[in-house]
Amino acid sequence: MSLLELKNVSKIYGELKALDNVSLHVDQGEWVAIMGPSGSGKSTMMNIIGCMDKPTKGEVLLDGVDISKESSKNLTDIRRDKIGLIFQQFHMVNYLTAVENVMVSQYYHSMPDEQEALEALERVGLRERAKHLPSQLSGGEQQRVCVARALINHPELILADEPTGNLDEANENIVLDLFAQLHREGTTLIVVTHDPEVAEAAQRTIVLEHGRIAREVINENFGK
Amino acid sequence: MKILPLSLKNLARKPGRTAALVLLTAFLALAVFGGSVVILSLRTGLQSLEARLGADIILVPSEAQSKVSFQNMFLQGTTGAFYMDAAVADKALEVPGVEKAAPQTFLASLKADCCSIKIQVIGIDPAKDFTVQPWIARSLTGDMGDMDVVVGCRVEAGIGEIIRIYEQRCKVVAQLEPTGTGLDIAVYCNMHTMDTLLAAAEAKGVSHKIASGDDSVISAVYIKVKDGYDIDTVNTALTGKLRKVTAVRTRSMITGVSDSLAGVSRTVSAMTVVIWILAFIILLLAYTLVVRERTREFAVLRLIGASRGMLGRMALLESAMCGLGGGIAGTGLAAIGVFSFSALIESSLGLPYLFPGIGTILLLAAGTVLLSIAVSALASAFAARRLSRVQPGTALREGN
Repeated sequence: MSLLELKNVSKIYGELKALDNVSLHVDQGEWVAIMGPSGSGKSTMMNIIGCMDKPTKGEVLLDGVDISKESSKNLTDIRRDKIGLIFQQFHMVNYLTAVENVMVSQYYHSMPDEQEALEALERVGLRERAKHLPSQLSGGEQQRVCVARALINHPELILADEPTGNLDEANENIVLDLFAQLHREGTTLIVVTHDPEVAEAAQRTIVLEHGRIAREVINENFGK
Repeated sequence: MKILPLSLKNLARKPGRTAALVLLTAFLALAVFGGSVVILSLRTGLQSLEARLGADIILVPSEAQSKVSFQNMFLQGTTGAFYMDAAVADKALEVPGVEKAAPQTFLASLKADCCSIKIQVIGIDPAKDFTVQPWIARSLTGDMGDMDVVVGCRVEAGIGEIIRIYEQRCKVVAQLEPTGTGLDIAVYCNMHTMDTLLAAAEAKGVSHKIASGDDSVISAVYIKVKDGYDIDTVNTALTGKLRKVTAVRTRSMITGVSDSLAGVSRTVSAMTVVIWILAFIILLLAYTLVVRERTREFAVLRLIGASRGMLGRMALLESAMCGLGGGIAGTGLAAIGVFSFSALIESSLGLPYLFPGIGTILLLAAGTVLLSIAVSALASAFAARRLSRVQPGTALREGN
């Protein structure tokens, strides 16, 4: 069953076509990697899928709703209810502790629950660091807190932009293991990456070039 | 985790920024509350002076104008004395239009044991007096007997205590309410007591003799003009009839004070407005800098689900809390300043100065705090609007 469908989507900035007539569908529970060189349109695609931007042309169906026509307020609601976002630069709120960073996401979604937030941190192996501020955490730990924050509201889609771009190998493996766990639980994952190893962890890799899908690679070894 | 605790955590974990915003608002509150209390105290002082003088005209010896500033004796508590024949009071009653004529006799103490400063002793005739007696009646039930004194609120002597004036033992029988004028450091007695004190002063070399050599002297006569008579006409008639006596219209004295008060009020108000505008501009700039600093944070909050309204409310709430903190701190500091240094302020201004009632002051303090909150929120409104309109994807990319 399709969770996400892009139909002839373009994003044009003046003369520049950041995305050029892209069509794509992602099934519920699928793990997809998006690769491509800088300027290929990866971030633009991520922004559109993540309800942070709208396409110039085309339709984007997320769980059956055409988000390309929704108002800014509705996009916020959809992002809050259906999407968990993870970034290369972590983007934690720097005056909140690890557990508070997770709880603030709960607050905007529904109701803060410290116990549940602590359990989410435990899942990423950081329960004992719950009361630490971002400045007291390593890059890998910050990214794991961001994973906990992204999954706390049980989103249907985890959207990650270069999630391992700033991590060492050990932390990269931890994050990929977490993604594998989420995938097994049925969460849909879209991971934008430069790293072929990260892409190989996914079921399918979409390669973008000059705003178009250049090719699509199915990972035959997935799950083996 | 709700908006309030989230905002509190932001304020607490950015102590430098928070302290700067609170300090700016405190500066504003300090100026508004301090300036307002000074202006209100001057107005209350003037009202008190008007009520206390009670007379339409005051007769004093012509020499009084040059010997000592008659006005300053009332306004600043300057001690001094001048004398004229006691018969002036009776002669004044013969002038058409004069309804009442109340004599008063002044004597400046050398140094009374009640006071660290010289005090003004004022003898009144309770039977004729209509200016001081109503105020004494509020504090004293019964008559003021011989060697009894009623003291102003700033004379450090309790009821029942004995004070010595020119080595004469006087018993304090009442203490007057504050007036904010020089009358607060005066001591009142009846004319018999004053005669005793004058004699004691004479023995110490402080002469009250007048040219006629008459022992029966007074310093001033307070005149009440009958209804239907023109005060200026009566004033002229008194000057014509009484030799070596000057008739001073109390209205002109009050007008002089009122003019000075208006000048001081204008200056204080102008300073308050200038400080207000400066603080507001600085607050605006400070909040504009905050926008730059917090764009990434607000973009993150937008991405994890905060709506624009939520973020706008959060920014306003934080500035309102800074306003509350600054308002309380500034009002508190101003209160400490104006109440602790009231004597200094009073003597610097040289005008009647009387604090308004506690209710008015509390209301003023509450108003100042509310104003601080409102100004702080207003200054941050533009920043709040910009922060709430942050495009999260763009902001984070630029932040990278």
